[in-house]
Amino acid sequence: MSTYAQKKGFGATIWDYLTTVDHKKIAILYLIAGGIFFILGGLEAVFIRIQLAVPDNNFVTAGQYNEILTMHGTTMIFLAAMPLLFAFMNAIMPLQIGARDVAFPFLNSLGFWLFFFGGLFLNLSWFLDGAPDAGWTSYASLSLDSAGHGIDFYALGLQISGAGTLIGGINFLVTIINMRAPGMTYMRMPLFTWSTFVASALILFAFPPLTIGLFFLIFDRMFGSNFFDPTMGGNTILWEHLFWIFGHPEVYILILPAFGIFSEIFATFSRKRLFGYSSMVFATVLIGFLGFMVWAHHMFTTGMGPVANAIFAVATMAIAVPTGIKIFNWLFTMWGGSIKFTTPMLWAVAFIPSFVAGGVTGIMLATAAADYQYHDSYFVVAHFHYVIVGGVVFALLAGTHFYWPKMFGTMLNEFLGKITFWLFLIGFHLTFFIQHFLGLMGMPRRIFTFLKGQGLETGNMISTVGAIFMSIAVIVLLINIVITSVKNEKVGNDPWEDGRTLEWALPSPPPFYNFKQLPLVRGLDAYWIEKMEGKQGMTPAEPLGDIHMPNNSIIPVIMSIGLFIAAFGAMYHNEHSWGIPVLIGGMLITLLSMFFRSVKDDHGFHIHKEDLLEDEDKGGKA
Amino acid sequence: MANQQPTSGNPRVDIAYRKKKNAEEMRHQVITFALMIFLTLVAFAAVGYADFSGWFVVPFILLLAIVQVIFQLYYFMHMSHKGHENPQLFLFTGVLVGAVTILAFMTVIWW
Repeated sequence: MSTYAQKKGFGATIWDYLTTVDHKKIAILYLIAGGIFFILGGLEAVFIRIQLAVPDNNFVTAGQYNEILTMHGTTMIFLAAMPLLFAFMNAIMPLQIGARDVAFPFLNSLGFWLFFFGGLFLNLSWFLDGAPDAGWTSYASLSLDSAGHGIDFYALGLQISGAGTLIGGINFLVTIINMRAPGMTYMRMPLFTWSTFVASALILFAFPPLTIGLFFLIFDRMFGSNFFDPTMGGNTILWEHLFWIFGHPEVYILILPAFGIFSEIFATFSRKRLFGYSSMVFATVLIGFLGFMVWAHHMFTTGMGPVANAIFAVATMAIAVPTGIKIFNWLFTMWGGSIKFTTPMLWAVAFIPSFVAGGVTGIMLATAAADYQYHDSYFVVAHFHYVIVGGVVFALLAGTHFYWPKMFGTMLNEFLGKITFWLFLIGFHLTFFIQHFLGLMGMPRRIFTFLKGQGLETGNMISTVGAIFMSIAVIVLLINIVITSVKNEKVGNDPWEDGRTLEWALPSPPPFYNFKQLPLVRGLDAYWIEKMEGKQGMTPAEPLGDIHMPNNSIIPVIMSIGLFIAAFGAMYHNEHSWGIPVLIGGMLITLLSMFFRSVKDDHGFHIHKEDLLEDEDKGGKA
Repeated sequence: MANQQPTSGNPRVDIAYRKKKNAEEMRHQVITFALMIFLTLVAFAAVGYADFSGWFVVPFILLLAIVQVIFQLYYFMHMSHKGHENPQLFLFTGVLVGAVTILAFMTVIWW
């Protein structure tokens, strides 16, 4: 196997990506798929804002509005934010800990394709009698009543993509536990790796309740069970509990990696070691742990009683403490630093006040008695957009600019990047700040239109204008990506010049085996330490030797397609006789490919030492 | 990977030690296996014996079950060996989180 890149045709490239098990290529797949879903979810958001721009609007019907709103939430959480974070985790985390790949490259590919086909299945609902329309939370009393197949698409699609996420999470956990380079102790891991670790642990514990809930929903809607039907002895509140036992950790699964990305950016562009590293680690773990103790704060108005409400209110407010620790640590990282305001740094600096605003309204909402007023109003909408957009989306956009050179070897244009930033920042606050007041004035959440003369016109119009700003910002980003890719000006190892962690010691993009020799890690910010001692790169921890690599495989795609087909069978078996055979056939495809994978030994291949020596001048040194 | 040295050492060097260790392992396994059979019989007896009320039998069986799980994990799945710190951490965190959730349902949430 030669390590020289060969010029490949388009078909060969597609095949390469379909079969790849390389974490860097899977990261690119996550980035592309997540990016497409992000744009889709963004379009849905724009439709929502157009519909609500003026009173009594009829841009969409009430039914269509419910579908758009449901798909906006579901797409953004499950198909955009999570995969985009997975893209960065895949691309960067193995490099940060000095590993040659994730622990299970095959599973990594399987995780991606399950997510992709789950997301595809969910979005096919637009063309096959209607999208889900019970909100992204899909409360059982609503969703069991929903006509058509929308909710079936939701339950089956999320089940498939959820399995992919769970696989990905476990893979990251095993990777971080087992594959750290010599000297990379837990307390020397970069904060993005730490947050990936904790988020993956949350995935491990939080996704099973969702899986159970979705299975109950699937059986209730398609196979005649009655888990959530009170008239048949079921319990409709059970879904809410299962959903939020998953759902609350889910928002921490989103925000913790975002915190990780920002921690890297703050340290890099303040050109200082991250302030309070160990307290940051502690706070990350604590947030993850507390995330499981607060799910019922989404259900204060369900009637759980004052004792439950009080306990969950206090538990929720406790989370503000570790989050506050983090905020102050970021501020102190910047304090006295020699700050460079690059595009990623702008996002990071803007994140602090935006996210704190969302956090403060979070404490307001956590006050159970007051929540009876805020519940299901636009105040809630404003709150969670402030934390999710102001936290997660800012981090994704910052990470896109920050890690683009490491993933693709080219720098995004800084000028266009800053335009994106300012347009998005202004648009974001225009859209969502006013929504706090719309909510306090009584505008209910998930309403498809409103009447004239109730004082809601101006606020909604401002909100829509903000959405237009954000759309333009994203378009500028896309133009930036196209321009950068066409120009294709390659950059060196450390294009930001202030890289601190191991990934910046590698060429951009790194060779497919990442490290020719595993590096020796001598402390936190391993690369920075070497640079400060005047060295060009990392000290190797091992002699040059053969590298064992996994073979590419198409089986993950086939496995995922099997489940995709089976889902159609499950959905239509009540009205078409072909349903059950298709369900069984699809499962067979999956099971047989699993069987094939288990029985057939795949030993991978070796890159020989001699080939690595030839590569000397092409970088890839540890 | 050529560069990674096997960590378990050369099996021929410490064969005597390993033999002794294995014999000890085997003895533990047999003892726990017998104990587990015994505990299962006790559980069956507790259910079968009509004079015990449910208020005694249910907690009693649960207790026996917990003991069996511990036996299973530590003696049959070798969690007592070195190098299982992470699985232990995750197992116990999971148990803790699950227990707190169940506790919440049983005490403060009535539906």
